[in-house]
Amino acid sequence: MPTSKKLLQKIWQWLSNIFSIAIALIWSAPIIWAIVASFRPATEPISRGDVWFGSILTFENYTHAWSLAPFGQYYVNTILVVVLILVVQLITIVLAGFAFANYEFFGKRWIFFFVLLQMMIPTSALLAPNFATIRQMGLFDTRLAIAIPYFGSAFGTFLMRQAFLAVPRDLVDAGVIDGCSWWQLILHIYLPPAIPSLVAFGLSSATWHWNEFLWPLIITNSDKARPLTAGLVRFTQLGEIGAQWSLLSAATLMVIAPLFITFLIFQRKFIQSFLHSGIK
Amino acid sequence: MSQEAVKPARFKPLPYLLIFPTAIFVALFTAWPVILSIYQSFFKQRLNIARFREPTYIVWGNYTDLFSDPYFIQIIKNTLLYILGTVPISILLGFLFALMVNRKVRMVGFLRLAFFHPMVMPMVSAATIWMFLFTPNYGLFNTALEFLGYSGPQNWTGNPDLALLSVIIVAVWKNSGYYMIFYLAGIQNLPEDVYEAAALDGANAWQSLWKITFPLLRRTTLFITIIAFIDSFRTVDHIFVLTSGGPSRASSVLLFDLWQQRFEFQDVGASAAITVIFIIILLAFTITNFVTSEKKEA
Repeated sequence: MPTSKKLLQKIWQWLSNIFSIAIALIWSAPIIWAIVASFRPATEPISRGDVWFGSILTFENYTHAWSLAPFGQYYVNTILVVVLILVVQLITIVLAGFAFANYEFFGKRWIFFFVLLQMMIPTSALLAPNFATIRQMGLFDTRLAIAIPYFGSAFGTFLMRQAFLAVPRDLVDAGVIDGCSWWQLILHIYLPPAIPSLVAFGLSSATWHWNEFLWPLIITNSDKARPLTAGLVRFTQLGEIGAQWSLLSAATLMVIAPLFITFLIFQRKFIQSFLHSGIK
Repeated sequence: MSQEAVKPARFKPLPYLLIFPTAIFVALFTAWPVILSIYQSFFKQRLNIARFREPTYIVWGNYTDLFSDPYFIQIIKNTLLYILGTVPISILLGFLFALMVNRKVRMVGFLRLAFFHPMVMPMVSAATIWMFLFTPNYGLFNTALEFLGYSGPQNWTGNPDLALLSVIIVAVWKNSGYYMIFYLAGIQNLPEDVYEAAALDGANAWQSLWKITFPLLRRTTLFITIIAFIDSFRTVDHIFVLTSGGPSRASSVLLFDLWQQRFEFQDVGASAAITVIFIIILLAFTITNFVTSEKKEA
C-alpha cells in the first residue's frame, strides 16, 4: 500500500513536471524565436515550417537595423527620460512621504487624498488634456515633456509614507532632542531603514518608463526626443522594412536588451519590486 | 516634535512646502486635466474642420452623439469583450503558474523566468514579436496551430473576427506572469498547519487546493482583479502595433478610440467626453472595490 501510493505520487510529480516544462516552453517560444530569427542571414528569409537558425550566425541584422534608424539617439532619449523621472521622483516622494509621516498639520487628510487621486486615475486616461497642457507650456517634442507628468508620484509618496511610519517614534524624538533639523531627520533616521522600499520603487519606475509608449508617442514628433519604444514602432512601419522579420527581431531585441539583461542579473530584486508596486 | 505639540497651534509652513512639489505635479497633470476634460466635453470643437475650430457650447451633444454612434457602441462592446477575454484568463493562468513555481523542484528558476519575462519588455516589443508569430503561412503561431489540426484563417490581425482575439492573446501572454508573483507571495504566506490538519482529515491535494488554498487567497485574487482590470483599460500599445484598431474598428477599445478621436480625427469635444466616461468608469470601479473590501474587513 505505501509503495503504490509512493509510486502514484512519483508519477504525479513527473506528470506535473512535464506539464510545467511544456507550458514554460510555450511561454518562452516567442522570445526564443525572435532571438533565433535575429541571427539568421538576411539572404535566408524564414519560410514555411522553418523555425530554426540559418546556415550561419550573423550580427548583420543588428548593424543593419542600427543604420536604418537612429537607435543610438533613441537610447540616449530613453535613458535620459528614465533617469530624469527617477531622480525627480526620488526627491519628491521622500519629501512628501516624510511630511505625511512626520507632521500633523491642517488639511493633512485632504491633501493626502488629493495626491492619491493620481493612483485612481492613470495618467494614460488623461493624455488628451495633458497634451494640451504640454503644448501650452511650450514643451512639445522634448524629453522633458515625456518626463514631467510623472514628477510627482502618488504611489511613491504612499510607499515612502508607509516605510517612514514604520520608523519608531522614539528614534525620531531622540533625533529631535539631539538637535537634528528636518533634513537631518530624513537623512539619518527615516531614510536608512526605508532604502529597500526606495529601491523597489526605483526599479519598477525605471521599468515602467523604459517600456512606456503611448504618451511619448503623442508628445514627440522628431527623433531628437523620441524614445526607444516609439522609435521601434516607427521603425516597423518604415516602407523598406516590409516583412524582413530577421531585421525586425533584431530591432525589437535591441529595445528589450538593456532592461532584460538587468532583469536577468537582479531577478529577485525585480520581482520584489513588482510585488511592492502592484498598485502603480 | 513632542515639545512643539505642547505649544499652541502656530502655522508651520514646512510640511506644506515639502508636499508642494508632489502636489503641484498632481494638480497640473491629474486634477487639471480632469477639470479641463469635463469642461471641453460640453463643447463642439474639431481642429481639422474650419467652422468647428472655435469651440461652441452644445451641452450634452458630445455624449449623445457618442452613444448614438454605432461605432462607439461597437467600441464599448469590444472593450467589454477585451476585459472578459484578458482578466479572468490571465488571473487563472497566474494562479496555475504560481502553483507550478511553488514546488521544490530544480527547474523552478527556469519556470519563473519563462512565465515572468514578458513583464519586463515593452508592450510594443512584445507586440512586434507577436506580429511575427501571427504571420500567415510561416509564423510560429500558425505553424503550431496547424500542427494541432487548425485549418481556419491565418491572418489573425487582419481578420475582423480574429483581430480582437489576437490582441487579447498578446495581453494574456504578457500579463499572466505578473499576476503569478502575487499569487506566489500569497501562497508562500499561507499557514502550514491548515494543510496538515486537512491532510489528517484525509483531504487530497485537489480538495485542499480548491477548499483551502483558493479561498484563503481571496484577498490576493481581489487585489489582482483590480490591477488586471485597470491594466486592461490602460494598455493599448499592442493595438497600435498589431491592428491599429482595425479592421474597421473591430479591435479598437476605449483608450485606443480616445487616442484616435483626438489625434486622428482631431475631435477635441468627443475625446474630452470619452476621457470623462473613462474617468467615471475607473473611479466607479475603484470606489466599488474600496467599499466591498471595507465591508469584508468588518
